[in-house]
Amino acid sequence: MKLIVMVMTMMMISEGSMIDQTCKQTPDFKLCVSLLNSDPRGSSADTSGLALILIDKIKVLATKTLTEINGLYKKRPELKQALDQCSRRYKTILNADVPEAIEAISKGVPKFGEDGVMDAGVEASACEEGFQGKSPLTSLTKSMQNISSVTRAVVRMLL
Amino acid sequence: MASTEALLPVTSRQDPLSESRSDQIPETRRKRPIKVHLAVCSGLLLIALYVTLIVTHDGSTAQNGAKDETYTESRARLAGVSEKSNDGVWRLSDDGKTEAFPWNNTMLSWQRTAFHFQPEKNWMNDPNGPLFYKGWYHFFYQYNPNAAVWGDIVWGHAVSKDLIHWLYLPLALVPDQWYDANGVWTGSATFLDDGSIVMLYTGSTDKFVQVQNLAYPEDPSDPLLLKWTKFSGNPVLVPPPGIGAKDFRDPTTAWKTSSGKWRITIGSKINRTGISLVYDTTDFKTYEKHETLLHQVPNTGMWECVDFYPVSKTKVNGLDTSVKGPDVKHIVKASMDDTRIDHYAIGTYDDSNGTWVPDNPSIDVGISTGLRYDYGKFYASKTFYDQNKKRRILWGWIGESDSEAADVQKGWSSVQGIPRTVVLDTKTGKNLVQWPVEEIKSLRLSNKKFHMKVGPGTVVPVDVGSAAQLDIEAEFTIKKDDLEIILGEDSVEADEEFSCQNGGGSTVRGALGPFGFSVLADQSLSEHTPVYFYVTKGKDSKLKTFFCTDTSRSTMANDVVKPVYGSFVPVLKGEKLTMRILVDHSIVEGFAQGGKTCITSRVYPTKAIYGATKLFLFNNAIDATVTASFKVWQMNGAFIHPYSADDL
Repeated sequence: MKLIVMVMTMMMISEGSMIDQTCKQTPDFKLCVSLLNSDPRGSSADTSGLALILIDKIKVLATKTLTEINGLYKKRPELKQALDQCSRRYKTILNADVPEAIEAISKGVPKFGEDGVMDAGVEASACEEGFQGKSPLTSLTKSMQNISSVTRAVVRMLL
Repeated sequence: MASTEALLPVTSRQDPLSESRSDQIPETRRKRPIKVHLAVCSGLLLIALYVTLIVTHDGSTAQNGAKDETYTESRARLAGVSEKSNDGVWRLSDDGKTEAFPWNNTMLSWQRTAFHFQPEKNWMNDPNGPLFYKGWYHFFYQYNPNAAVWGDIVWGHAVSKDLIHWLYLPLALVPDQWYDANGVWTGSATFLDDGSIVMLYTGSTDKFVQVQNLAYPEDPSDPLLLKWTKFSGNPVLVPPPGIGAKDFRDPTTAWKTSSGKWRITIGSKINRTGISLVYDTTDFKTYEKHETLLHQVPNTGMWECVDFYPVSKTKVNGLDTSVKGPDVKHIVKASMDDTRIDHYAIGTYDDSNGTWVPDNPSIDVGISTGLRYDYGKFYASKTFYDQNKKRRILWGWIGESDSEAADVQKGWSSVQGIPRTVVLDTKTGKNLVQWPVEEIKSLRLSNKKFHMKVGPGTVVPVDVGSAAQLDIEAEFTIKKDDLEIILGEDSVEADEEFSCQNGGGSTVRGALGPFGFSVLADQSLSEHTPVYFYVTKGKDSKLKTFFCTDTSRSTMANDVVKPVYGSFVPVLKGEKLTMRILVDHSIVEGFAQGGKTCITSRVYPTKAIYGATKLFLFNNAIDATVTASFKVWQMNGAFIHPYSADDL
């Protein structure tokens, strides 16, 4: 029994270091590690797998942001124009960037995955700028920018 | 904050660099070691210039000093794209000059090109299998039938009699077999001895393995080659031992060896070394893999879209891919996955063992300081031998530099460059020379001819009417006296540091540049794209010329990549400086010295569109007067449309 526990612990430690090694090469080690550890697949994934987990986080965050945007139409009707733009941009993340990145990484042409992931950050930034300094989405924007840059670093490891 | 858009400097003679440049730009273009010397020299130059102006002024419509805005370099503007990574990192400027841009359909629909190949809608990438057959040029391309981003890839197909007027045909190859279920990717055509065509292409299998497949026309008597048959024994090649299942793609056109076999090469990588594998075959169905590689270069990453072909050392016609011999050099080209840059090198091919060595290993394939077909946005390029007109023709994929949201909204993404002829520069043997195919001249409509002397710090509107579809051919001469003064002046140090990318763009002034055209400009130059020469004094007082395109002020939009592109261009003794520019809405293609250095850019103005698009000539040099002699043609559209019976 003790042997089994020991072996399992060693396995967990050595697999944890795949995440560590990967995340060290990204601009935000802490964020990277927390995102990957929060997914059960993280501990046994290869680099492609880790990239796909992070892309999934992008998808989840984009969905969350869209929900927030939809809620803001009522609360902040004066922001309608900027919200329309943001809605368009976050839908692009969900409907174009994420599927493109997933397909590209699965098929071994990671450069198109890099495009999709980078674009997620661009769309978030462009949405933010639409509020000209008075954005209600700033914290979500920053999250997307950060996740995008971490994911991009991981995708580039596949090139 | 002062306007950063103006090209013109302050009108006072104070060194504009020290007054208005922020400290963040580390290198000044001119270094004057001693202040007294500085004052004397600038005084002398000033006198010389005034004398020149008075003596030579010929009543041209120069607007000297009309605009006296100062300019500053905003670091935020310049930040983001370095030449090496070409990684298109957007950094949204928060200096308040650019705005978040809601793209409307008017702006977006203007972006569509008039005479470059692009499908009716959706995403396109690599050119595939180009060939000439029974009177038609065929073009195939990576295409997504479902979206304006990469995915679900099939082979699109189009034909043309002249490489310019294209007709859309039905899709040629779709992923309907297990061996290409996940993608019908890039490939190349080979003509067999009997004139029949074989096509080799990469398939992504149902298990995501990259394999090579054989296809051929179902009906060789059909000049349109509408239908293609896939060989029942596919795949003909699978990743060999030691090569990753996802690192094996883009087979080349085959060439005949002296032993009578066909030979192909396929790019790949081993760790970070880019390599090109070699296979021999007699029937395109079974292959022998060589133990040796065609070539490899460490630290260049995956080699995509490898191309391998002969060029004549002495003649300016193209050569069939199988040509060998002492009068010939061979080109190895690869698309670098890491950087999205196409690189090539010139070298010698050894047919006995299928290897190749570069003439100059320090600028080997994929080395960042090595040669490129194009110093702008240009990737996955592929040549073919046009046996019709004995030319080697180059296709290049020109992707978008805008956001995917804009691509989705406008419904399309990517164009192809205008096909170019490719030959070796027979004078030096050190680089290739490219030029838009002659047939593009059939699009030229009316033209206007100009001859202008442009003093330092001048911007001149060029009245050509509509300015979104243009062909410009220009010759520039720097005033001899100015050149002699600058070359002879010891205090003007050689500028060893200049590069287009680090040079700060077109507003940074040197003694002998920048000067050129601002295309896709609006009247106030709030948006404009300068295409220009920048001449520096190099070592031994020799001149060194650079050709650049500055897209940093091409648009007010901030969700767009806006690099400064360009490179050194060799200018031989006695050669005038010449440039050609093709402007076609959101694409600008610049060619310097007859095509020794080429730059393709994507540009997305928000104001300089429709009737508001203008053309300007400028000379932002501090000291030199430049004479520009040029012709501007209005260009017709190519009216690319689906093939119909009327087109026969």
